[in-house]
Amino acid sequence: MARPAIKSHRSVWERIEGLPVLLALLLIIGVFMITAPRSFLGLRIYMSFFATVPPPLILGLGLTLVIAAGEIDLSFPSVVKMSGVIFAMLTKFVAFPLDVGADGIVGSDGVTNILPWLFLLAAIAVGAAIGLLNGLLVTVIGIPSIIATLATLFVFEGLSIIIGAGQQYSLRGIDEYAVHQVLTGRVGIVPAQALWALLAAVVMWFILNRHRFGEHLMFIGDNENVARVVGVNVKREKIKLFTLMGSLGAVAGVMVTLENKNFYTTQGTAFLLIVMAAVFIGGTAISGGKGNIPGTFFGSYMVGCIEAGIISSGLGGFWTRLVVGLVFLAAVIFHLAVETPARFRQLAGLRLPAGTLIARRVKPPG
Amino acid sequence: MRDPAGDTADAAGKTFEHVVRLDDVSMQFGNVRALSNVSLAVGRNEIVGLLGDNGAGKSTLIKIMTGVQKPTAGDLYVRDQRIDWRGYSVQRAHELRFETVYQESSLCEKQPLWRNFFVGRQITNRFGFIDVRKQKEIAQDILLNAIGFRGEGITVDSTVSDLSGGERQGISIGRAMYFDADLIILDEPTVALAVKEVRKVLDFVRSIKESGRACVYIEHNLAHVYEVADRLIILDRGEVVAELTRGELTLPDLTQYLIDLQEKRQHG
Repeated sequence: MARPAIKSHRSVWERIEGLPVLLALLLIIGVFMITAPRSFLGLRIYMSFFATVPPPLILGLGLTLVIAAGEIDLSFPSVVKMSGVIFAMLTKFVAFPLDVGADGIVGSDGVTNILPWLFLLAAIAVGAAIGLLNGLLVTVIGIPSIIATLATLFVFEGLSIIIGAGQQYSLRGIDEYAVHQVLTGRVGIVPAQALWALLAAVVMWFILNRHRFGEHLMFIGDNENVARVVGVNVKREKIKLFTLMGSLGAVAGVMVTLENKNFYTTQGTAFLLIVMAAVFIGGTAISGGKGNIPGTFFGSYMVGCIEAGIISSGLGGFWTRLVVGLVFLAAVIFHLAVETPARFRQLAGLRLPAGTLIARRVKPPG
Repeated sequence: MRDPAGDTADAAGKTFEHVVRLDDVSMQFGNVRALSNVSLAVGRNEIVGLLGDNGAGKSTLIKIMTGVQKPTAGDLYVRDQRIDWRGYSVQRAHELRFETVYQESSLCEKQPLWRNFFVGRQITNRFGFIDVRKQKEIAQDILLNAIGFRGEGITVDSTVSDLSGGERQGISIGRAMYFDADLIILDEPTVALAVKEVRKVLDFVRSIKESGRACVYIEHNLAHVYEVADRLIILDRGEVVAELTRGELTLPDLTQYLIDLQEKRQHG
């Protein structure tokens, strides 16, 4: 029987997770070093990536698991806003008044560190509750997740604006508190959130690829009926998944507020599209059953990098969308070509010029 | 894997004659009598073929045996012990080491074999992290020794989508054997398979017998089940109409016998 050796089906691109995305990221940085040398040859712009990319990156890690399970969550921008406004208001109206020194400045006579930590926990609890609600809507009531989470996106965006009375809340003095230093302080020159995001990526990789929970998610995303027959508690795992996503959204939301030292009413709104782009650029497919954590990690930095790079190169901000979209498309086509070479063998049959990238990739394995 | 030859006792150390026995089982759905007074028994290391046309009651019988449905009347004995229907369920059937391999695949396409073998029963540490190396070692052992996938380019890292239909049934059967099922119920495993694939599945069914287990093999294709079964039970409209042991009739005689039987029942 002429079965090709199975191992050769899996090219080097597939075996080292996230490698193509990392190479593409380095390539893009290389291009920007030429088009915008003043920014991209210095360290500062990279430190700014490390400060701003981690919140959408953490969201992307959670979304990777959600998509691997064959679901989607559109509500995370509302969680980012909700957790931000709760953390900001509690801190501003409960912690700050206690810690105003004789000179009227927050923290000049020391601070009550414990409170903001509790407020962080409160924000995470709210995020988890929103996630739990999503999970219940999807599993118990049976609403498709794209609909359920679109609805909760509206609900909690609205509610967070109502709670915050449409105001922004400045948190001047928050950097006196340990919670700020630990989550978004600087380790040397490196923003702490970059290290937290890296840690989160490692943990999430292990959860997805080495933990029972992650395996259950992949089986659910692959074929829900089979998952049920082999003994996976599909409802329970999905509820856990959405709750996890909500909790991560809250962490990201508090990080944004801490980094800005301000709660803006627009906080998180822009994340919806860039987080999804990062996950798909990273190689996680919408069809479910698999998730690529390293891909999401590098994909998030790629999206952040393109946004900054376009502007530093002297093009208008409106170019960023277009370029992100093109990269997005190229990435999805690339991942398809790696995963289902057969599809592209057909294209090669349509007489692509010999020696193009696609034509070379579709040579039968072995 | 357990020792196939030496295993004549159940967990309590008692020997038994029949791994499963149904006694006068009837099933009524409203006005429709799906099964009437069906009695059958499966020995410890016996392959029993269950034959019958669509609507003969094969599926209902299997569903009763595996705890999916409860009958209107009759008794169930597992390893010669009477089972209380009230406590009987799919989970209980699993605990009693009954495994069912369904017609449609019970594997996930994009996942590697080593995950498919263990999903739902992973080998983990106490924090729930999977012992990948151990799972792969055992999966490799099942592939080579229990179901004999040799030199076919299949490894534990192959995904299910790399396998043919027959090979997929083999993986499901191998999984059932590894998890120490005493009774493996195959629900028309050759449906929609090419001839060469059917051959593979029949080989897997023989390996069930060789490993000392029992099997109920539901089939509507006479030739397939004739080849591997020790005993054939023929169901027609909810009744056991014939029971034949291996070698009693040749395949052509058996075919004629079944045709006659059917005509007699239709006219008489």
